[in-house]
Amino acid sequence: MWALLWKDVLLEIRTKERVSSLFVLALLIVLIFVVALGPEQVQGPEIGAAVLWITLVFSGMLGLQRAFLIEQERGCFSGLLLCPIEPGTLFLAKLVGNILFLMLVESVAAPVTLVLLKLPWSWSLLALPLVLFLGIVGFSALGTLFAALTVRTRAREILLPVMLLPLLIPLLIAAVHVTSAMLAGMVWTGVWLRVLLAFDVIFVVTGWLIFPQVVQE
Amino acid sequence: MSWVIEAENLTKTFAWVPVLNQVSCQIAAGEVVGVFGPNGAGKTTFLRVLATLLRPSTGKLTLFGASPQEAHVRRRLGFLGHESFLYPDLTPIENLTFYGRAYTVPDMQTRIATVLRQVGLQQWGNTVVRTFSRGMEQRLALARVLLHEPDLLLLDEPYTGLDAQGVAILQSALAHMKAQGKTIILTTHDFAFGLELCTRALIVDRGRIAWESDGHVPSVQEFIARYHSTILHSAFRIPHS
Repeated sequence: MWALLWKDVLLEIRTKERVSSLFVLALLIVLIFVVALGPEQVQGPEIGAAVLWITLVFSGMLGLQRAFLIEQERGCFSGLLLCPIEPGTLFLAKLVGNILFLMLVESVAAPVTLVLLKLPWSWSLLALPLVLFLGIVGFSALGTLFAALTVRTRAREILLPVMLLPLLIPLLIAAVHVTSAMLAGMVWTGVWLRVLLAFDVIFVVTGWLIFPQVVQE
Repeated sequence: MSWVIEAENLTKTFAWVPVLNQVSCQIAAGEVVGVFGPNGAGKTTFLRVLATLLRPSTGKLTLFGASPQEAHVRRRLGFLGHESFLYPDLTPIENLTFYGRAYTVPDMQTRIATVLRQVGLQQWGNTVVRTFSRGMEQRLALARVLLHEPDLLLLDEPYTGLDAQGVAILQSALAHMKAQGKTIILTTHDFAFGLELCTRALIVDRGRIAWESDGHVPSVQEFIARYHSTILHSAFRIPHS
């Protein structure tokens, strides 16, 4: 798994294609929202949470596809399948890579979003990285699975969002609720945090179990 | 007799079109098998099934006496296909380091230096693969295949894109593997190169093994005559579905 992760990180350091394009896209989405909502207005926590997660989902989808597109050139995906590596391990390596890159993008994009939307500071915001992490894990688990499924199809750019977005709805509802509560100054957000955790566990385990069937020709 | 490959009635269909049709064969350790046939005969599909990259639609395949899906079986395979399986934005050393880790190659740095020398790319070790010519990339792909010292080597038209020096390097590497008792299966349209190494020759046409040499490999002239008559014969006997 570490060999695969090392290779993905090395490729990203060499090309800088993934993180830079994700970051630019995330920033553009936030700016569009700021302009649409009125740049002078101070936004409420619900709006702030929604913008944060919409940005993450749309920029993240670009990153998910890129994770497998780098394997398509020169047939590298076949090379991976030939290696004596269990497909479940391949899934975990791609998942960890996606989480890593998205966390990196969000470590810049999230503070920028909060500042541009003029959201008030509160101590509960210190727990925001944890919520972002939980959301990103669930998003990446489901997304890695579907990106692997769609990458070998001609209509992958359309298929990935069409298949992924409906299944992300429970995760997004929970993530927006938890984030919105945090932006409003509350720390304990009860049931929605457990929904986020459950989503993560279910889709990491499901992905690991069914990935061999997904990548099999 | 210990069989490296046991294929029983292998069939592979793509969108209901049979590309491999009831192929059966047994290949022993140390054999070098040349697979010849026209374009679209099913040679590549045959090799990809043997390499575990394609699952047969029907039939049974055993490699080294075990299921081809076992990780320890894949550890013993080396496949050189039409694509190099190399990351163009990494250098040869980085590519080989990645594959070396995936195959848990012992004493990896020495082994990487050895295979790079073997394919004549030792001075290009730190240059990104994207800048390589087709022939250089094919040589590096050969280094990738040789890196983990596989027991079964599957080569799909390995001479493609190679210059005279590259062909000589490949011939020498294959002769070395043959001397070590490794099993090699290669497809090629170059009868002279293919037959030079073979201990057995197969002609594949329309997804079937249409002819198989018995005991001795014929000369190139004999083989060409045999090849054309087999293809002609096969065309009349097996209608297209």
